[in-house]
Amino acid sequence: MDVFLTALPALNDAFAMILQPHVIGYLVLGVAMGLCIGVFPGLGGIAGLSLLLPFMFGMEPVTGLALMIGMVAVVPTSDTFASVLMGIPGSSASQATVLDGFPMAKKGQAARALSAAFASSLFGGLMGAAFLTVFILAARPVVLLFKTPELLMISVFGLSMVGILAGRIALKGIAAAGLGLLVGTIGEGRFEGELRMVPRAWRDAETGSIPFELYQYLGDGLKLVIVGLAIFAIPEIIALLRQDRAIAERAPLGGGWLLGVKDWWANKWLSLRCSLIGVAVGVIPGLGGSVVDWIAYGHTVQTSKDKSKFGSGDVRGVIGPESSNNAKEGGGLVPTLLFGIPGSGSMAIFISGGALLGSGQIEVGPAMLDRNLNFTYAIVWLLALANVVGTLICIAASGGIARLTSIRFALLAPFLFMIIAFAAFQSRQEIWDLVALFGVGLLGIMLRRFDWSRPAFLIGFVLSLPVERYANQAHQQATIKLRQGWEVAQPYIFSPIVITLIIITVLSIIIGLRQAKNIQAEGNVAVGTKRAPLVFLLGVTAVVLVFVANAWQIPDYAFRDRIFPNFVALVTLVCCIFLIIQMMLRGEENTIFADREVQDAAVNTYGLGSTLAWFAALLIGTALVGFILALAVFLLLFIRIRAGKSWGFAAIYTGCGIAFICAMAWTLNRDFPPGLLQGAFDLPWPLT
Amino acid sequence: MKTMTTRLMASAVAVSAAFTGTTAIADGHALDLSGQTVEWIIPFSETGGSARWANFYAPLLAEELPGNPTVVVVFEPGAGSTRGANSFQEMTYVDGTTIFGSSGSTQFPYLLNDPRVRYEYGDWNVVLASGTGGVAYLPTDLAGMLGENGDASGLAGEALVYGSQGATRLDLVPLLAWEMLGLNVEPVFGIEGRGDGRLMFERGEANIDYQTSSSYLSGVVPLVEAGSAVPWFSFGALDSDGNIVRDPTFPDMPTFQEICEATDGCETSGEAWDAWEAFFVAGFPAQKMVFLPAGAPDNAIATFTEAFAAIQERDDFAEISAARLGLYPQMTGAAAQTALASATEVPAEARDFVINWLSERYGVVLE
Repeated sequence: MDVFLTALPALNDAFAMILQPHVIGYLVLGVAMGLCIGVFPGLGGIAGLSLLLPFMFGMEPVTGLALMIGMVAVVPTSDTFASVLMGIPGSSASQATVLDGFPMAKKGQAARALSAAFASSLFGGLMGAAFLTVFILAARPVVLLFKTPELLMISVFGLSMVGILAGRIALKGIAAAGLGLLVGTIGEGRFEGELRMVPRAWRDAETGSIPFELYQYLGDGLKLVIVGLAIFAIPEIIALLRQDRAIAERAPLGGGWLLGVKDWWANKWLSLRCSLIGVAVGVIPGLGGSVVDWIAYGHTVQTSKDKSKFGSGDVRGVIGPESSNNAKEGGGLVPTLLFGIPGSGSMAIFISGGALLGSGQIEVGPAMLDRNLNFTYAIVWLLALANVVGTLICIAASGGIARLTSIRFALLAPFLFMIIAFAAFQSRQEIWDLVALFGVGLLGIMLRRFDWSRPAFLIGFVLSLPVERYANQAHQQATIKLRQGWEVAQPYIFSPIVITLIIITVLSIIIGLRQAKNIQAEGNVAVGTKRAPLVFLLGVTAVVLVFVANAWQIPDYAFRDRIFPNFVALVTLVCCIFLIIQMMLRGEENTIFADREVQDAAVNTYGLGSTLAWFAALLIGTALVGFILALAVFLLLFIRIRAGKSWGFAAIYTGCGIAFICAMAWTLNRDFPPGLLQGAFDLPWPLT
Repeated sequence: MKTMTTRLMASAVAVSAAFTGTTAIADGHALDLSGQTVEWIIPFSETGGSARWANFYAPLLAEELPGNPTVVVVFEPGAGSTRGANSFQEMTYVDGTTIFGSSGSTQFPYLLNDPRVRYEYGDWNVVLASGTGGVAYLPTDLAGMLGENGDASGLAGEALVYGSQGATRLDLVPLLAWEMLGLNVEPVFGIEGRGDGRLMFERGEANIDYQTSSSYLSGVVPLVEAGSAVPWFSFGALDSDGNIVRDPTFPDMPTFQEICEATDGCETSGEAWDAWEAFFVAGFPAQKMVFLPAGAPDNAIATFTEAFAAIQERDDFAEISAARLGLYPQMTGAAAQTALASATEVPAEARDFVINWLSERYGVVLE
C-alpha cells in the first residue's frame, strides 16, 4: 500500500507537468518529426534521436523529454506507411509488416491495412505505457537497494544479453559490443587523465599543429551524437542512395479505414498477446526493435487456425507485428529508466539525451526512481500521449504522409545529410566533428555490410563510461572493505541481489547462445565469398590489437586507466580469434560470411566509392571554403548530376536548403564550420 | 610588475568611477560596442555550473556595456577546461569582443604546473571574480562523535569513505582538509560530479562528503531535515581583504579554520595550512572569473569592470543573484585583483607541498 501512496502524488505531478501547452507543443513537434523519420525508409528511431541530441543541451527537462519521447514512440507507427505502401520496411521494427501489409496494398486494401496497423499500434503503445507504470511501482523498492556492485552486475548482464542476442553469430555480437566499449574509452582516462589511443607525441606537438588539434579533439573522447549518426544514419543513407529506387510503385490508399479498425477489434486478443510479447522483448536488453516484429509475426501465424492466407494479405499478419513494435518502447524503457541499461540502440541515445537536459538532473538509473519519480511518470504519460497523437496524425494526414514515401531518395539524401552534418558539428563546433562523422561512418558502413550488430556497438559505446566507473568504484570499495575484513566485505560484494543477477546472467547466456542463430536482427543477409568478411574481421582484430598494445603502454601509476580497456580489449581479441578460426573452418555458405554487398548486388545502381566521394568532396570543400559555401556547391552539383534534375531545379533546391539550414542555425545562435578561406578573410555570417 | 601596478590602478579608478557616477565614457576612453557581438567563452559544456553562471550574467552584461552589444555564451568544452583556456591564451586583444570565463578546474592544473597547461593567468586581465562556498557533512551517527566546537579527534579511529572526482581537481581542497584533521579517509576516485558523491553518501557507500553551496542547499538540506545527515563545517568565504570569514550563506556553521583550531594536531599555520588556503582560494571564493585576453588596453578593462560593477548596483541584483548564484561576493576592480592574485600566485612551497603530497598519498605524478 505504501508503494501506491508514494507513487500517486508523483503520478499526479507528472500529469500536471505534461499538461502545459508548450510541453504538448514539443510533444507534437517530436511526433511530427518521428512520423517523417519513420516514413523515410531506412531511417529509424536511432537516427532520429541522434539528430535531436545537439538541441537537448540545457533544454527544460520536461520539454526535452516530450520531444524525444514523441519521436521514439511514433516511429513504429509511421514506419508502417513504407512497409505497406512500398514493401520496404520504414524501419527495422516493421519488417514483418511487409509480409502481409504490402500484398494487401497491392489488392487495393492499403487503407484497411494501415488503419488496422494504426489501431494495433495505438493499443500496443498504450499497453506498453501501462506495463511500464506497473513495473516501476513494483520494482522501485528493489531498485532503490542497488549499490555499485549491483549496478555493475546488471550492466554486465545487459551487455552480455546485447552481445549474444544482437545477431545470428553470438561471437560477432560480443565483439561488436566490445568494440563499442573500446571506442568509448578513447581519450583521456577518467581517473588519471592518461591518454588512451591518442599518441602522447600529439599532446606535446606544437600548439595549432594538426597533431595537437587531433589530441585536443580525441583527448575528450568521441561524442555520442557523432557515433550515433555515423553508425546508424550514414550507412542507411548511403545504402539507399546507392540503390536510388525510382519510387513509382507506390500503391494507392483505397478505402476501408473503418474496416481496418473492425479487423483489429475482431483480433483484439491477438493484439493483446502480441503487445505483451512486445513488452517482454523490449524489457530484455539486446533484443530490441529489430526482432520483436518477427517474434510477434511467428506467434500470430502459429496461433491462427487458418494459415493459408498469410503472406498474401492476411490482416492478422499486420495486427500482430504492429501491436508488438509499439509496445516494446514501453518495455524498453524499463531497463533504461530503472537501471540506466539501454535495451536498444534508440534507448542508448535516449539516456544520453536525457543527461543533457536542464542542469543534468535527469540521470536514469536507480536515483531517478528516488529523486525524479515525477519525471519518470512524466515519461510514461508522454509515451501514452505520443502514441495517441501519433495515431491521430497518421489517420488524419495519411494522404499527405503517404505522398512523402514517394519522394525520390536522391532528392532527400542531400537534405538529410546536410542536417546530419550540422547536428554533428554541434558536438564540438570544429571541422573535426565532420571528419569524425565521416570516419566513424565508414566503420558503420562496414558493420552494416558484414552484419555485425550496430546496436550492440552503440550500446557498448554508451555503457563504456558507466561500466568502467562502476567496475573501478566497486573494486575500490571492495578493496577498502576487504582491508577491514571479509565479514565486512562479503555482504557488500555478494549481496542477495548480486547473487541473483549472477544466476540470471549465466542462465541467460546459456539460453541466449542456443537461440542466437534464430535471430535475424536486420533480416536475412546473403553470404558471398569468404574474402571480404575475413578481411574486415582481420582489420577489426588488428584494431583490437592496437587497443591491447596501447593499454599496456599506460604506466603503472595510472593503472586505473589501464584495467578496463585492457580487459575489454583482451575479451574482444579472444572473440576475434575464435571468429577467425570459425571462418577458416566453415564453408562459404555459413551465415558467418554474411555480406550485404552480395545481398544488394542486384539493386545497387551506384558503387560505394562514387557515392562516398560526394560526401568526401563536401568534407574537403568545407575544410577549404567553409561549410555553407561548400554545401551550396555540393547541393547544386548533386541535384544536377546525381539526381539528374535541371540547373533551375537544382538552384531552387540549393536555395531552399541553404535558407533552411541558416534559419536553423540562426534560431539556435550557432555558427557553421569554417575553412581555410575563413582563416584568411573575415566574412559575414553565415559564411564565417 | 609595472603593468600589474598600472592595471591595478586602472581598475581602482574604474571602481571609484562607478561609485561616483562618472563613467569612462565621459573622458572618451570607453569602448563603444554598439552593434557588436561579445563572445563569452566558457571552457565547459552547457550543463555545468559555469554555464549557469555565464547565462545569468550575459543578458545583464549586455544591458550595462556601452552600446548594448549582444553577449553570447560560447561553449568550448574539453580536457577539463584546459583546452578552452589554452586556445584563449593564443588570442590577443582585438576590440573587446572576446571574454573568457575560467573556473576552479582551470585554476588547479595551472597551480599544479600540469604539463598540459599552456596558459598563463598573468597575461590575462580579470574583470570579475565570483565566489561560491562548500559545506562538509557527515551521517548523523558519525556527527555525534564530534567533540566540542566540531573537534574531529573523535573520528580519528573511524574508517571513512569519500567519493571523489580526483585528487588533482577541486576535491584537493576537502581531501587535504580531511588529512589535516587527522581523519582516516579512503577516497573512491572516479565519480563524475559532486552529485554522484552525494548519491554514494545516500546509499551508504560513502560516509563523509562535501557539496558546493547551491547543491548543498538543494540536495543535502532535505537529508539534514530528514535526520540522516548533519552539516559539519563550511570552507568559509573571503572578505575583501582576502581573510577567511564565515560563509554568509551559512553564518551559523563554523569554518574549516575554526574546526582546525578546535582539533588537536591541526595547525592553522605552516606549509600544510598555507597550501590548503591557497588552493581553497583558487577553488572557492574566486571560483569563476571573467578575463579579457592578453594585451587589453586599460580603457577596455575599465569598461568591462564598470559594466560588471554596474550590474551589482542594480536594485534587483541581490534578489535575482541570491536565487541563482547564492550569497557570494561578486568582485570587480581591486577586489577581483586581490582574489586573482591569491588564486594564481601560490607560494612555491605550498605548490611543492601539494605536488609532493599528491604523489606520496595518491601516487599522482605530474610529470
